[in-house]
Amino acid sequence: MTAPVEHSATVSPPVIRRLIDGGLIGALAIAVIGAAGYYLFPNNLALLTRMTAMALLVLSLDLVTGYCGVATLGHAALFGAGAYGAGIAAAHFGISEPLTMTLIGAVAGAVAGLVAGFVILRAHGLAQLVLSIAVIHLFHEAANKASRWTGGSDGLSGIMPNAVFGLFEFDLWGQTAYIYGLALLILVFVALKILVRSPFGMLARGVREDPVRVGAMGVSVHSVLLRVYVISGAVAGIGGALSAISTQVVGLDSLSFTLSAEALVMLVLGGTGSLYGALIGTIVFMFFEDTLSAINPFHWLTIIGALLVMVVLFAPKGLYGSAVALVGRFRRRQA
Amino acid sequence: MSTLFEVRNLRKNFGGLAVTNDVSIGLAPGDRVALIGPNGAGKTTFVNLVTGNLKPDSGNVFLGNEDITTLRAAERVRRGLIRSFQVTRLFLDMTPEEHVALAILQREGQAGRVVGHYSGRPALMQEVREILHQFGLLELSNIKAQEIAYGQQRLLEIALALALRPKVLLLDEPAAGVPQSETARIEAALKRLPADLAVLMIDHDMDLVFRFAKRVIVLAAGTVIFDGLPKDVIADARVREAYLGNYADAGSVA
Amino acid sequence: MQTVFSIAVDALAYGMVLFVISIGLSVTMGLMRVVNLAHGAFAMIAGYLASYAARDLGLGYAAGILIAVVGTVIIAIPLERFLYRRLYGATELTQVLMTIGITFCVIGIANFIFGPTLKTIPLPPALQGSVDLGFRSIAAHRVFAIVCGLVVALALWFLIERTAFGIRLRAAVDNAAMAAALGVRTEVVYAVSFAVAIGLAALGGVVGAELLPVEPYYALRYMVTFLVVVSVGGAGSIPGALLACLVLGAIDTTGRYLAPEYGEFFFYLAVIVIVTLFPRGLLGRSKQ
Repeated sequence: MTAPVEHSATVSPPVIRRLIDGGLIGALAIAVIGAAGYYLFPNNLALLTRMTAMALLVLSLDLVTGYCGVATLGHAALFGAGAYGAGIAAAHFGISEPLTMTLIGAVAGAVAGLVAGFVILRAHGLAQLVLSIAVIHLFHEAANKASRWTGGSDGLSGIMPNAVFGLFEFDLWGQTAYIYGLALLILVFVALKILVRSPFGMLARGVREDPVRVGAMGVSVHSVLLRVYVISGAVAGIGGALSAISTQVVGLDSLSFTLSAEALVMLVLGGTGSLYGALIGTIVFMFFEDTLSAINPFHWLTIIGALLVMVVLFAPKGLYGSAVALVGRFRRRQA
Repeated sequence: MSTLFEVRNLRKNFGGLAVTNDVSIGLAPGDRVALIGPNGAGKTTFVNLVTGNLKPDSGNVFLGNEDITTLRAAERVRRGLIRSFQVTRLFLDMTPEEHVALAILQREGQAGRVVGHYSGRPALMQEVREILHQFGLLELSNIKAQEIAYGQQRLLEIALALALRPKVLLLDEPAAGVPQSETARIEAALKRLPADLAVLMIDHDMDLVFRFAKRVIVLAAGTVIFDGLPKDVIADARVREAYLGNYADAGSVA
Repeated sequence: MQTVFSIAVDALAYGMVLFVISIGLSVTMGLMRVVNLAHGAFAMIAGYLASYAARDLGLGYAAGILIAVVGTVIIAIPLERFLYRRLYGATELTQVLMTIGITFCVIGIANFIFGPTLKTIPLPPALQGSVDLGFRSIAAHRVFAIVCGLVVALALWFLIERTAFGIRLRAAVDNAAMAAALGVRTEVVYAVSFAVAIGLAALGGVVGAELLPVEPYYALRYMVTFLVVVSVGGAGSIPGALLACLVLGAIDTTGRYLAPEYGEFFFYLAVIVIVTLFPRGLLGRSKQ
């Protein structure tokens, strides 16, 4: 639950509050923006689908970093596990039914989340950060070595997903892939909205605010974090599976430190601890990346670097968080 | 009366220095005991040993008939040994209502649920309101903890402990840092704690101790040097010695 | 035998280069507790400056090193003054993001100015040949790198253990508030340490260019390597950093020789084992 919800809660009738909390408005917004993207950029659906997969990764990172306060630079391990899980199922085992592939991706991501969480959550501070970095590199090198299964640095190809529900073929323009991705994103978003306002979601926020207090309430902080990691892994895994299904290849870059760092940058750009922030950060980052890096990749790096410094200095709550704070201040002045 | 909580021969050394030296204390239901002692007496270490955040070198801790010495901190909480903190530890981004609701959910073993919202449970909401009302926090139900006054945060700290339905409550300086004008509210809240609850309050504030406690334990240099009625504590030579050192022998300090 | 010897020399040279670059990071992290992911970016700047001075201007290797060190420190000072100072006491996430941002900017700007190609720093004739040990010969620049590492270790030891500045530095590392109360101007200590740290990163960047080639993504490629070294050694500990560099350099080099298809697998596996067993690093202080 985010600040605006709290604010509007005091003024709006309970029915509207419930709709907002339940994520219906968010789901609707994603659908509307998604449809707009579909009609505005019909030739760029591949980018939009990539955005959707990335949004799932950033949402997943938000659970760990935004809601629980764990700083990690290795979250792509969970995304990559999902991508390879779904890709290997299709390329080596002939499981090319997209829903099954997605499910396999979610399970693979959850398992990777369990492993990564097991390693990372034992430590704190700098040690934790370094462990997260080591985990993503270890996953990367392991995937590179297991080239018989993963295709190594050439990437895993031969992924030919069937039609969705046996009806909608994955077409050359990526229309089916985009709509499939959008549907996944909406479902996951609603599920996460329910999760973060559930008792367990409150517990997770409690861990971020003060783990000692949570412990004094008789809760094992470590087990809460590990469970969040598993859930987060499933979400990232769905994103990875979507990436495998839509691009029909899985590359080692899906298990890279760079992707992990980029996801963190997107999250912070949008604002941590809010699902909307995660989505907005992803869209803004990827849109500008696509536009600017087409001109010159190094200009893009300079601009995103400067933007990051600006956000840290002047808008630590991110774009969404700062906007919410502004609206709140404006409302309070009016009241 | 039967003993509900007992510490037997508890010992802890830090690098050869006995910070807790053979401490034994017993509490019965309904007890109102204050643990006092000069700075460095080992009060904080004692609390950490009891709550399970530190491991003792020897000795035992009992709750009811169970030896809980080797249990982890969270397990002790689930058995009803609850503490409050000297420095307020709250979830600053959450409201008092959410704090208390989360504590009740945890007590009921429901805090791991991944669906639903506490506000959809009338019985729980009823209890949340009762507890908040008891501490005069009902009006602040939906304001974030970081926006409420420090005295009220202290009250919420106690409310949170109470929502976990403790059998034994360790209060670590419940009025620390609260302006004089607001301590009365905290005292009043302490007076209304459930009658069968065993309370061990750790504090410096002698006025509060004398008004609250029916029994006083004095800890000095890791050892219990006094365990008895409040009216006897001031007259006790060892206590005077511990607090005043050589001044105690010098007669009038003026 | 030949292989063992080659591995040992390469490991030692690589470890020493890592040490020269990382030791400054270790000192500043022990002192200011800033997770500085941009540390490698300064080594990269130095590499570019040295390449420009030695190759494009033809000023020679020694002048290249000097210009690179001085130039990098001059670039770094305003960054410390205006950006890093705001990070003292901030959360790790904030520090990580800010320093990633700085790294991105450095990469972008360096490539805008110098172009996206690999930069070489021409070695002087004395370092191009090999040194004959009687039974084996070693590439001279490897020997130079090892000597540089030893000199830096000794010089730092002298600076920290034997000078008045060292006393202030150690006091500030132990307890900044107490040191300030005793009249140590901690912000001056911070600024000087930062400058020394950047100077060493610059030196390491130039001297190590044969082993860690200067190219556009240098700062990103080695971004975490230096951080990992500091974490494994223990922030603020010179012997710890030296030990970590030698151990990690040995593991990495051995892995590359004997099982190249595993890449950095063993390096990071070792990191996980060491950091899990020693959360404060091999020789880190127990107090956080």
